Amino acid sequence: MKAMGAIIVRDLRLGLRQGGDLLTLVLFFVIVGVLMPFAVGPDRPLLAQLAPAVIWVAALLAQLLFNERLFRGDFDDGSLAVFRHATIPLEMVVAAKLVAHWLLTGLPLIAAMPILALMLGLDGQGFWLAVCSLALGTPALAAFGAIGAAVTVGLKRGGLVAPVLVLPLSLPVLIFGAGAFDLARLGGSSQALLLLGALSLLSVTLAPFAAALALRISGE
Amino acid sequence: MINEGLSRMPETGLGVSALALSRGGRDILAGLSFSLEAGTALMLRGPNGAGKSTLLMALAGLLNPDAGQIDHAGIDPEAPKYGHLHYVAHAPATKSGLSVAENLKFWVDLLAGTPVDIEAALSEAGLGDLGSIDAGLLSAGQTRRLALARLIAIRRPLWLLDEPTSALDTAGAAWVGALISNHLRQGGLAVIATHLDIAVDGNVKTLALGGQIQ
Repeated sequence: MKAMGAIIVRDLRLGLRQGGDLLTLVLFFVIVGVLMPFAVGPDRPLLAQLAPAVIWVAALLAQLLFNERLFRGDFDDGSLAVFRHATIPLEMVVAAKLVAHWLLTGLPLIAAMPILALMLGLDGQGFWLAVCSLALGTPALAAFGAIGAAVTVGLKRGGLVAPVLVLPLSLPVLIFGAGAFDLARLGGSSQALLLLGALSLLSVTLAPFAAALALRISGE
Repeated sequence: MINEGLSRMPETGLGVSALALSRGGRDILAGLSFSLEAGTALMLRGPNGAGKSTLLMALAGLLNPDAGQIDHAGIDPEAPKYGHLHYVAHAPATKSGLSVAENLKFWVDLLAGTPVDIEAALSEAGLGDLGSIDAGLLSAGQTRRLALARLIAIRRPLWLLDEPTSALDTAGAAWVGALISNHLRQGGLAVIATHLDIAVDGNVKTLALGGQIQ
């Protein structure tokens, strides 16, 4: 556990000290939300109706942009080779990096939600649904992103390939994430949220194994 | 300087038989066999492209052999698979954005699991007063010293070193030689790819690899 903690602390330190990247992520997310009212016009009901789609597309694209960083730096400076000789298996290394990655790319999006809620005219219920669906869905996005980043880490133009690989996997997250709002509005149950949680649990459990396997091969 | 008072390493050995390696579809080495007992260093010599680094990668478990066997003798089967070796390659595995001490502390947490005197290890590596400096500001030679500080901070019996003296000055190269000599005296093993002479006391073998890229 100490080794996993060391990885999380290191990645958080690196992420926060090179704060520019983190700011870019949040800005991207917020800017999409800010631009939307100008593009759509001052029609508040319509904006509120579009809000789930806007929030989720913005979240998905923001995370896609940053997934490549997950293993790239460690691959380039040789850390990835040394990870193979750690006292914990590579799967646990990947799991720890995934936790840090979500804290750096998922949590800031949730923290930025109040601004988006204001711009898109979400009411209190809509805001909390957005926070819940992002909290439940972004771990899955990060997990799928980790698999894509691991598969493409050895490729020079991996940044182009990974999103194409990850996008089909991420679509269910997008569908259920945006769907969580509508179901609630129609008075339906929160099944979409439950499915979103299940998706996250499953992908976060399996991703370390898949990504570690890919990293072992890409090192050759 | 180098701590002589440490206990001996666990008795380990390294055996390679009929090893064949290729990278990117090109055959690099074939039919390679050797064995090393505790307290021995093996110097890999040969021109660029002879397969020195490739052999080290295979020994470090980073590259699957096409044929042949690599046996790590005397390893606790319950222990993590590669928990007995250090691999220091050209890439230093240090991060700019973390201080020198934080870099070493991170690898200690990940590779050793037991508390280590970071300050002592850094000063032994000649980085004693640089602990709080960003590792990205170090010179190439100092970065190499930081990478080699892992060898001091975390005791492991098998060292796989790729050009350990590159970017180091004369004093640095002598320090690496003394470090390896001391490691051998404690019953450690080392496989070193180098094109520069490293002065090592003890049982040193040399393996010349052919230069042809097939």
